[in-house]
Amino acid sequence: MSLKIEDKLFLDRFRIDEESHLRIIDMEKCLRECEQRPCLYLCPANVYRLETDRISVNYEGCLECGSCRIGCPYLNIEWRFPKGGYGVSHKFG
Amino acid sequence: MKETFDVAIVGAGPAGVSAACILADAGIKTIVFERGEYPGAKNMSGGVVYGHDLAQIIPDYVDHKCPIERNIIESRIWYLSKEGGYSFGYRDSIFAAERKHNAFTVLRAKFDRWYAEQARKKGALIVPSTVAVDLLRNDKGGVVGVVTGREDGEVRAKVTLLADGINSPLAARAGFRVEPKPEEVALAVKEVIELPSEVIEQRFGVSNGDGVTIEILGEITGGMDGIATVYTNRNSLSLAIGANLADFATSKLRPYELLEAFKQHPLVVPLISGGQPREYIAHWLPEGGYDTIPALYGDGYLIAGDSAMMFNAMHREGSNLAMASGRMAAEAIIEAIGRGDCSRKGLANYGKRLAESYVLKDLKKYRRFGRFRYRHKEIFNEIPALASLAGREMLTVNGVSKKQKQKMIVKEVRRKMSILRIARLLWHSWRAVR
Repeated sequence: MSLKIEDKLFLDRFRIDEESHLRIIDMEKCLRECEQRPCLYLCPANVYRLETDRISVNYEGCLECGSCRIGCPYLNIEWRFPKGGYGVSHKFG
Repeated sequence: MKETFDVAIVGAGPAGVSAACILADAGIKTIVFERGEYPGAKNMSGGVVYGHDLAQIIPDYVDHKCPIERNIIESRIWYLSKEGGYSFGYRDSIFAAERKHNAFTVLRAKFDRWYAEQARKKGALIVPSTVAVDLLRNDKGGVVGVVTGREDGEVRAKVTLLADGINSPLAARAGFRVEPKPEEVALAVKEVIELPSEVIEQRFGVSNGDGVTIEILGEITGGMDGIATVYTNRNSLSLAIGANLADFATSKLRPYELLEAFKQHPLVVPLISGGQPREYIAHWLPEGGYDTIPALYGDGYLIAGDSAMMFNAMHREGSNLAMASGRMAAEAIIEAIGRGDCSRKGLANYGKRLAESYVLKDLKKYRRFGRFRYRHKEIFNEIPALASLAGREMLTVNGVSKKQKQKMIVKEVRRKMSILRIARLLWHSWRAVR
């Protein structure tokens, strides 16, 4: 019963804001300077994905742990809490 | 909101709500801001709450329908290699009798909601769906209230208690706590797996709503400094696995893949087989320990719980430290308001109370424990593999003498680890826990 990350996030309840609470400040830095790109691996919701010309930020499934914010070697991620009542809502916790 | 309050609390978790209960009982006008849709909506823990600390705030919590999942009568520790492992445990009937509810499991979305409801009944105002985005400061830098994300969202208060958890951009922005470094937090992911109550009782050998916790170390964290847990709830199991965030960054292991691999471990499969995953969430744990605790109070503010990095990794204690520190913060606030002095000096009793209590004493005792694990990766690599080799070989009956088997095991140990490395490990482990 191996669950993919998409299946796992499908179990959760989200109230999604139209506006992202996560933002990569300087994409050029990610593409040109950052070699390790830990955001692509350590995010437990696979929010950051490498596309052909950029890193996409799939904030809709963010579990709000904060790991990308302090794990980014360039501190290149602007991270806010979603607006009050938005984001993930734990049913069990 | 133009109203003013005596106390504004940021975060309706165990620290904030414990404080709110004590303050409301003393007739102090208290408001609690919670960013989630309801208290508990953003919270996660392995799931153990300790009756002692809860009873100091709500003595008759059982009669007040506290949503207890299972009363813990046995704690197991597993030390696993990839294929197998060791299992130790301690069960005691006293935990089903005189010391019932010494420790019990909860699901935080239910427990925190219940807990906040107790504070509301006592008279505290709980405001969910509201993010505290900044603190109001006077010209001397003292805290005089909270700025929320709502329109006209400034609320003035004599004292502000930051109980907003380990992931607190607010405390960092206010300069009251530095942002943790990756090695100072663990990232944990958790899955709640539904199973019928009678299946859980059968698999864990318990009855009457009793339960078991399992703490798991070894190769399951892929060589990273980390831990996994399996806790029994009424109709579900809480499975969690976490590791130091800096280790995640360097290992490039994905948290959800680590969790899936853990679920496939031969010792875990029989416990969860047939279960239905119902939720997947993630959270940090404070790992920096005593030496990363920020200044606990200042002019017009205090910090409690995870927000103050209060977590005892050695004994998986956090919710109790949050409750105890929230309670002591409230007691110090009541004194300060009574004297009309909510300055740093007026709130200093908070620091004194914490230092005299088990909270800071325990954290101080284990101040080296986090660093010890982080530096000694052999605990998560070579040693569980070697321990499993020893177990497997000694239990295999194949005509080879025990003496020869022993020789082979020692040789393998020496091949993987030098005497010096073993000596250093032993010395550091003693220093980490003495």
